Amino acid sequence: METILFYILMFIVIVSALLVVNTDKIYRAVLYLLFVLLGIAGIYFMLDYDFLGAVQLSVYAGGVAVLFIYVVMLTEKVGEPIRKIAPFRRMVAGITVILLMALALYAIWSFDFQEVTTKKEVTIREVGHALLSYEKNGFILAFEVISVILLAAMIGAIVIGRTKKSKR
Amino acid sequence: MEGISIQIVLTFTTILFFIGLYGFITRTNLIGILISLELMLNAEAVNFFVLNKYLFPGVLQGSVFSLFIIALAAAETALALAIIIQVYRMTGSVDVKEVKDLKH
Amino acid sequence: MMSAFEYVIWIPLLPLLTFLLLGLFNRFFKEPVSGYVGTSAMAVAWFLSLKTAITYFFDAGLQNGKYMPVEVFKLEWIKFHSGLSIDMGIMLDPVSVMMLVVVTTISFMVHFYSLGYMHDDEGFSRFYAYLSLFSFSMLSLVLATNLFQIYIFWELVGVSSFLLIGYYFTKPSAIRAAKKAFIVTRFADFFFLIGILMIGYFVGTFDIETLNGSQTIQWILQNQFPVFLGLSVITWALILIFIGGAGKSAMFPLHIWLPDAMEGPTPVSALIHAATMVVAGVFLVARLFPLFFHIEGGFALRVVAVVGTFSALFAAVIALTQEDIKRVLAYSTMSQIGYMMMALGVSGFEGMEGLGFTAGMFHLFTHAMFKALLFLVAGVVIHAVHSNLMKDMGGLHRYMPVSSWTFLIAALAISGIPPLAGFYSKDVILEAAFHYSFIIWLTGFIVAGLTAFYMFRLYFRIFHHREKTYAHPPREESNYMKIPLIFLAVLTFTVGWLFTPFSKYVSPTREAFHYHIHWTDPLVWGSMLIALSGIVAAWIFYYKPTAYPDKIAKSLGVLYTWTKNKFYVDEAYLFVTKKIIFDKISKPAAWFDRNIVDGMMDAIGNTTVWISEKIKPIQSGRLQEYAIYFIYGVVILIMAFYYMNYKM
Repeated sequence: METILFYILMFIVIVSALLVVNTDKIYRAVLYLLFVLLGIAGIYFMLDYDFLGAVQLSVYAGGVAVLFIYVVMLTEKVGEPIRKIAPFRRMVAGITVILLMALALYAIWSFDFQEVTTKKEVTIREVGHALLSYEKNGFILAFEVISVILLAAMIGAIVIGRTKKSKR
Repeated sequence: MEGISIQIVLTFTTILFFIGLYGFITRTNLIGILISLELMLNAEAVNFFVLNKYLFPGVLQGSVFSLFIIALAAAETALALAIIIQVYRMTGSVDVKEVKDLKH
Repeated sequence: MMSAFEYVIWIPLLPLLTFLLLGLFNRFFKEPVSGYVGTSAMAVAWFLSLKTAITYFFDAGLQNGKYMPVEVFKLEWIKFHSGLSIDMGIMLDPVSVMMLVVVTTISFMVHFYSLGYMHDDEGFSRFYAYLSLFSFSMLSLVLATNLFQIYIFWELVGVSSFLLIGYYFTKPSAIRAAKKAFIVTRFADFFFLIGILMIGYFVGTFDIETLNGSQTIQWILQNQFPVFLGLSVITWALILIFIGGAGKSAMFPLHIWLPDAMEGPTPVSALIHAATMVVAGVFLVARLFPLFFHIEGGFALRVVAVVGTFSALFAAVIALTQEDIKRVLAYSTMSQIGYMMMALGVSGFEGMEGLGFTAGMFHLFTHAMFKALLFLVAGVVIHAVHSNLMKDMGGLHRYMPVSSWTFLIAALAISGIPPLAGFYSKDVILEAAFHYSFIIWLTGFIVAGLTAFYMFRLYFRIFHHREKTYAHPPREESNYMKIPLIFLAVLTFTVGWLFTPFSKYVSPTREAFHYHIHWTDPLVWGSMLIALSGIVAAWIFYYKPTAYPDKIAKSLGVLYTWTKNKFYVDEAYLFVTKKIIFDKISKPAAWFDRNIVDGMMDAIGNTTVWISEKIKPIQSGRLQEYAIYFIYGVVILIMAFYYMNYKM
């Protein structure tokens, strides 16, 4: 049962991804991205990582995608098709990508993974403790760094995005 | 999950990643590039978590790192979109031609 | 003995200091201060050289009948290896002391004279600076202890000559003449340098005293040296050195610069191109006389004799037809220097056989006096009538008596009439030549007659000939110009019988010997007679205007034209340089340099630029391209890493 679900989700995600990169219209690309994000969230839920799934939904799907939509609306006429590069170049790019992908897949399938099958759920409590713990496996430093980065990004976005008039 | 070996999941993320890569090098619209970038980042987040869950279930490195990736992606998207808006204000279009001034 | 002569260094040093002073601080010295400075420096130098001469010849120098060379100092400058070095030094021996007296006397007279001649000229101070430079160089040259020292000052003298010939640098003809003089002498100096280097290489020393020493000469004679075209390399070296001397002394065929050098101011012609620089070649041969005489039976010396004799005849013939008075005097100089070379060439070595050497040196001494006098008078005349050509002169005896009388004295001297100086030197030369070779004597004999003729042709046509009305009556203006004339005339009158027999002072072995002029000897009467006949012929032709000159000129036709045009030697040179050297050698060389050598450089530059232009588009500014390069790079790195560590 779960396997089938997984394969359906995978299928949705892949198809949406293909559509994202191949569509003419920007607005549609954002929407297909939204589908991808939702699919990924579903995968997280299936993998027993509820917290991350929830974060994915709220931050990514609810924040980033919406941001994209804002910018798309602000920057151009939504319905107009965007240009594509010449078919020849697209084909070359596609072939290159497929080759590289084949290489990566080969690497994956020829490696001998030592799977440990224990069903372990990652709880939010564990994650929370880990983020703020000073011990050997604690992530307090990374946490602080991420906070600073977010602050910097926030300030940066404000500074970059303001118009000349708003200097007053 | 039973029945799904790690390699299948990794295949899935790999395909997703490379689709994102194709989009990145092919798109002419700046926003389109950014969207492809999101695809890649997402694929990587899943990758990290899956490797953690299947190979080293006791530790949390992969899980926490996926969290960080999401946070980082959000921050970076915000900045990139601010820049794109500025480019739009200056040149009236969001085509990748507009940012060629890096060139000699 | 050395300490007695320590002041000698001031003789060349004073003109050097004057040159530096006047040259560097030109703006502070205006006429006439610069003239006074230069002249007084030269006067002191003259006084010192007289003192040196008196001390050397009459007091300290003579030991056991032989004059010892005095080395006042010697500084080793560049050492190649033991024995072979370039030194700077001062050496006093009969020849160099005599030259000292000659150079300083004439230079002093010219300095004094120029106070009047160069009056009101714009470059007055510059002129005196150059004169001092020349005096310094010439004096250092004659005092040299080392062949290379001679060469260095040789070149310096050439530079001074260039500067002085081109003194009127706004005249194109003057500049051309200066360039010609410098280039021709420089060309000769190339051979001179090769000769010096050959001597240094094969013999192993540049030092003159060592080279002339009997030890060295014995060693050379005993050793086998490489032979080239039948002559030993040492002989070749000597011949090459002589070529250098021939250039400076205007011997055929390197004489072409001397007539053109008359473009310079007349005092310059008097100093440099009559009395001092042009005799540098003679000095050189005299300096190395033991080598010239002993090596390979004196072969090089025979070359000297032939070249000298031929030049004497060549120049005398041309002088017969020239109209410019300075040109006549220039060719006369060339002819007289030919006499000196001839004298050296026919000379032997020991005792009486060394008569040629002595006579040549004596002629150098006397010639300096009367030739300088002739030039200075010419200067006065040119100053008065503002022209160099004889057709603008005539009957000046009335207006300029001092010039006329002094010129007459000098003309008599050069013709070899006793008791004037020229007789005592020229006659002895002819005697020495007679004992050597009849042909050479005959040539010398004929040239003596020609000399008298053209000289008096000059005298009569300037000062007598016809009454000419002048636009402004010509006067002898400046006392500055008159006094040297009188002084030199007095010298011309006296030095002949005063210093005869000259062999008491100067001889090849430095031993004093005696000879006498036998007044009953037919040779002596013969030379006097031919001189007198030359004078009489000139009198007939030129004292009053006659038709004889023109008739003879017409009857000689082509020969006359050829002579008047100096036998077209200049034209031949120009032909060779323009058609052959420029077209066949210089142009291809320039083409090669411009297209191939520069072309290679340009090609390297252009290739680099072309490559960079091709590489430039890699930086396109397109973001996605960079991403692709990035990805490829990463993949390659991964594969390399994998391959190295896991050996797939």
